[in-house]
Amino acid sequence: MTQAPTSQSESKAAQSMTSQPTSFEITTQMKLEWLRQMQLIREFENRTMQAYQQAKIGGFCHIYTGQEACAVGTIAAVNDDDPVVTAYRDHGHALARGMTPDACMAEMFGKIHGCAKGKGGSMHMFDKPNWLFGGHGIVGAQTPLGAGLAFAEKYKLEVMGEGKKKVSLAYLGDGAIDQGAFHEALNYSAVHDIPCIFIIENNGYSMGTAIHRHTANADNLISRGQSYGINSVEIDGLDICDLYNEFKPFVEQCRENSRPGFVDLKTYRYQGHSMSDPQKYRTKDEVEEYKEKDSIARLLGQLMDSGDMTEDSWKAMQKEIKEQVRAAMKFAEESPAPESSELFTDVYANPEKNLSPTAVYTHGLNNPLL
Amino acid sequence: MTTLPTIEPVTSDIHPAIEHNLEMPAMLPNDQLPPFEGDRIIQYREALREAMSEEMRRDKRVFLLGEEVAQYNGAYKISQGMLDEFGPKRIIDTPISENGFAGMAIAAAMSGLRPIVEFMSWSFSFVAADPILNNAPKMLYMSGGQFGCPIVFRGNDGAGGQLASTHSWCVEALYANVPGLKMAIPSNPYDAKGLLKTAIRDPDPVFFMESERMLGDKAHVPEEEYYIPFGQARLAREGDAVTLVSFGRPVNFCLQAAETLAAEGIEVDVLDMRTIRPLDIESIIERVKITNKVLVVDQSWPFASIASEVITQICERCFDWLDAPPARLNTEDVPTPYAKGLEYEYLPNPERIVGAVKELLGVNA
Ligand SMILES: Cc1ncc(C[n+]2csc(CCOP(=O)(O)OP(=O)(O)O)c2C)c(N)n1
Ligand SMILES: [Mg+2]
Repeated sequence: MTQAPTSQSESKAAQSMTSQPTSFEITTQMKLEWLRQMQLIREFENRTMQAYQQAKIGGFCHIYTGQEACAVGTIAAVNDDDPVVTAYRDHGHALARGMTPDACMAEMFGKIHGCAKGKGGSMHMFDKPNWLFGGHGIVGAQTPLGAGLAFAEKYKLEVMGEGKKKVSLAYLGDGAIDQGAFHEALNYSAVHDIPCIFIIENNGYSMGTAIHRHTANADNLISRGQSYGINSVEIDGLDICDLYNEFKPFVEQCRENSRPGFVDLKTYRYQGHSMSDPQKYRTKDEVEEYKEKDSIARLLGQLMDSGDMTEDSWKAMQKEIKEQVRAAMKFAEESPAPESSELFTDVYANPEKNLSPTAVYTHGLNNPLL
Repeated sequence: MTTLPTIEPVTSDIHPAIEHNLEMPAMLPNDQLPPFEGDRIIQYREALREAMSEEMRRDKRVFLLGEEVAQYNGAYKISQGMLDEFGPKRIIDTPISENGFAGMAIAAAMSGLRPIVEFMSWSFSFVAADPILNNAPKMLYMSGGQFGCPIVFRGNDGAGGQLASTHSWCVEALYANVPGLKMAIPSNPYDAKGLLKTAIRDPDPVFFMESERMLGDKAHVPEEEYYIPFGQARLAREGDAVTLVSFGRPVNFCLQAAETLAAEGIEVDVLDMRTIRPLDIESIIERVKITNKVLVVDQSWPFASIASEVITQICERCFDWLDAPPARLNTEDVPTPYAKGLEYEYLPNPERIVGAVKELLGVNA
């Protein structure tokens, strides 16, 4: 494998790379931060469900509860400027990536201060400053995008002498591995040494279809990656420390060798597929069984055992998070709906005349995240 | 000198490439179909189910496949109970592999079966664009008349309610461009049953457009079997000022707009086209000759839309009968927004239709 040329430019990003710690030790600080992030996602999703029931949020809305350790643990293992792309179950990734709960909730309320100015909704969380390239609704469609994100960073480095060695993270569900796009992305990445890490958030169900009913060789998903010569691992996605311990060195290997990776990240969703799912395909016992292995409770237990967290400090953390999410609800509530004129903005970057027989396109308001 | 064998021309109505053809059922004019009004009130989704179930009972070659159609009873409960009645060999759950299962179903159709393929949404059909556009509609032609493709692709089309840009597609303008396919787009439960039954019996590939927003609509649906001929529009409301021509869900917007306009003394026609290909241009011409003004209300985007096609045909066929330029009202020419208010403004909603009619009539809004 050829070593990528070192960057000529003295960019900040390049400097931060060299100052990365080489050991992958998990500090108490990190654990506390993960706990905070996971609890934030859980609280956020609780309020999302409430708001959906009150019809403040519409459309398709997929709740991340139960899977928090996946987004938080994997995103913790990459750099802030490593690109990330995911599917429609994306609130957790957005928050873990650093989107404010305000922008995320306002988006779901269809408001102008949302991350997509209210044009995208629950399934389309985009955050350019935080290198989040979306929430995508078509099952599997984000997978080639994930490969493309890593391709672009590699190209910038090798052809333009800019940037640094990056990996991309492409998240998809277990159902999405049945799509052709997934296999094409894997093959391409393997042939062209593209450092995209394909993370299957394997929650055991594709909508109402249990994994054994929708995909072949369901107990051995990593065979998918292996068949393309891609380094592939199975990781327990419910224990964030284990997850990080296994995933972090895996990431650095992919980065160093400029090779794709494949992760079967085993997890579980507590809620229905979307907000309109009667869940007749699984038993309440099964859900309860997984709740016993809850990733937040587990990390909290560890922190309590080690004396790094007390009942009081946990209460304080929860209170602070509740406040933060309550403020986000208020923010979303108070942000105005987009003006009618916003219908015709952001359609073209260069809105020339006669592009449409009926519409006149403009640039409109700048995105609040930019 | 070689003597070439004589080849006989095809004389039957239905192409001999279609194996084990059943006769197409009698295609009756509107006034011989069972009454549109009545008191057997069921949902649009039940009407679809009834059509599929009746055809499956009649013909073992008919089967249904798609995501969540069997054990989950349909993502939108259209196929509810069908697994119980027909079993897993005929009501088939698929992985999320549209390209794969659409392609498989096409070959099954070529082999003499009669698949019904459910796309959870037509928005997901793009993943299967190659088989459904490159195989199904061209098979008969490419094989020089050897292989037909009697298949129905059906699913939700159009904005479903804040589903945003990727999940709100109106695919009719894109797909209707392709010769070899037929396209039906029922606006109400009665038509949903009668058109779907015809679609299943038809020996050609039929693209069948439903709408998530209409699945719960309730209306009279006759219990008996009936087949609505393709290319036979229904005059849903008769007026004299303007002829509104529409398809699918927007027909209902037109009917609402017509009520509003009637309250102001403006009576309009609402012509429910029912199918896009074939297009019942004769019925349009007949009404245009009476009202002399036409507005086409179409949920696809304006550029190269269904409305563009209808208006072109109107200009070609009855230009001299028009008292005003033919008008169209489309969905706004932008990707579908999520925000509720924006989405409503984006659609060819009743208020926009009222405005367009008044503009056409030169009446102050
Ligand atoms: C191409 C396509 N087909 C179907 C759908 C409808 N759909 C949305 S999510 C989903 C299930 C996906 O399951 P999985 O990939 O396991 O992700 P999870 O929802 O479990 O996170 C389906 C069938 C879609 N969005 N896109
Ligand atoms: Mg899943």
